Amino acid sequence: MTDILGLLFIAAAMFFFMAGSIGLLRLPDVHSRLHALTKADNVGLGLLMVGASLLGSDPVLAVKLLLVWLLVMAASSASAHLIARQVPSGEEDPACK
Amino acid sequence: MQMTAWHLMDMLLALLLLGLAWGALSTRDLKRGVVLFIAFGLLLSLVWARLRAPDLALAEAAIGAGLSGALLLSALRDAPAMEESGEKSIIPKLGVGLLSLGLAGVLAWAWFVAISAGAGERLAGIVMVRLEESGVGNPVTAVLLNFRAYDTLLELAVLLAAALGIMSLGPARRPFAPPEALLASLIRWLVPLLILTAGYLLWVGAHAPGGAFQAGATLAAAGVVLRLAGRHRIGLPAGIRLRLLMAAGAGMFLLVGLALMLTGRPFLGYPPTQAGLLILLIETAAMLAIAATLVLAFTGGRPKTDVLANTAGKLEASTASGPVPVRPARAGGANNDCNPEQKAC
Repeated sequence: MTDILGLLFIAAAMFFFMAGSIGLLRLPDVHSRLHALTKADNVGLGLLMVGASLLGSDPVLAVKLLLVWLLVMAASSASAHLIARQVPSGEEDPACK
Repeated sequence: MQMTAWHLMDMLLALLLLGLAWGALSTRDLKRGVVLFIAFGLLLSLVWARLRAPDLALAEAAIGAGLSGALLLSALRDAPAMEESGEKSIIPKLGVGLLSLGLAGVLAWAWFVAISAGAGERLAGIVMVRLEESGVGNPVTAVLLNFRAYDTLLELAVLLAAALGIMSLGPARRPFAPPEALLASLIRWLVPLLILTAGYLLWVGAHAPGGAFQAGATLAAAGVVLRLAGRHRIGLPAGIRLRLLMAAGAGMFLLVGLALMLTGRPFLGYPPTQAGLLILLIETAAMLAIAATLVLAFTGGRPKTDVLANTAGKLEASTASGPVPVRPARAGGANNDCNPEQKAC
């Protein structure tokens, strides 16, 4: 039962990763690409971690996966922010005054 | 069914690896090549994991993809803008091509020999038989720090030579601009986490994948992150203490080896009862030396700390707020404080 549930979660994760990848390839500019990547990948990775925890059926492993997810979210949101800051979008960049 | 799925995955990994390698080599845009090389390193670490070599996977991810990538990117930052030079000369290309062809030939020959030799005596078997005497439970650490300790000692000596070379390159590269709020707060908890992870990798290396090299690379990553955030000193000590730190790895190795000779044992022939402790001692010193050398490589030269050390005493110069003490010495270049990525400025 938990195995099937885990596989369902992983399938849902794959959908989000796919959507994120398609967004990365198809969207026109850096900001919307970043939007597609970070939103989809964070949810996708979260679902993947839930699925893997269910398949692994080990509470310690689940905690580790949760920590991995949190770390990746913090890092990816910060780096997305940094990339977005490097892209000219009309207003002047305060770091370059 | 299980087997074919894994086969498919392995073939996909191998093809992607070749594709990324080709992309990294064939692109004319250096930055693109570097990014592809980083992706190549990450994928290669997955391949190592699939080959059941988690030690190598960790090392490849930390050193091959992470730190080498950071080094290449920081080198690009200071490289003069490359003009699109046309075909200059065929000679270097031909030389590199011939060299690669020769290397590929040697590899193919080695692969053929390994395949056709059949099941002979493998080194892994010999290691496993005598693992008990090594003082550690991780066969990789046992080989690196005990059975073939000479190799690792010489590796650390090579690293020391590299550090000396970097020191002689001149002053460090110009530092980065101070970070904005989000990056600053990320760094505030990422750096302690990296240091903790390095300590864990060092400790766990005795009985599981990990060890001085992975731990040193992780510790160096903390320094790289601090450097990217505009910190000047990035935790490196100044003057003689920096030199001692760089020499710590090879130095501790030699000290332990010579001390063992005084007790009548061969050089680096640990007594089995104390082997675990001695290995941990050497690995701790090696981790610090590796981290210091890698951070030094990232800064690209001798840290200019003497003036600051005089004025600020032993206070960490990086605690000074703002970019005041980090004015680059290098003349020329208008927007010194900006990242090269900031094309807008």
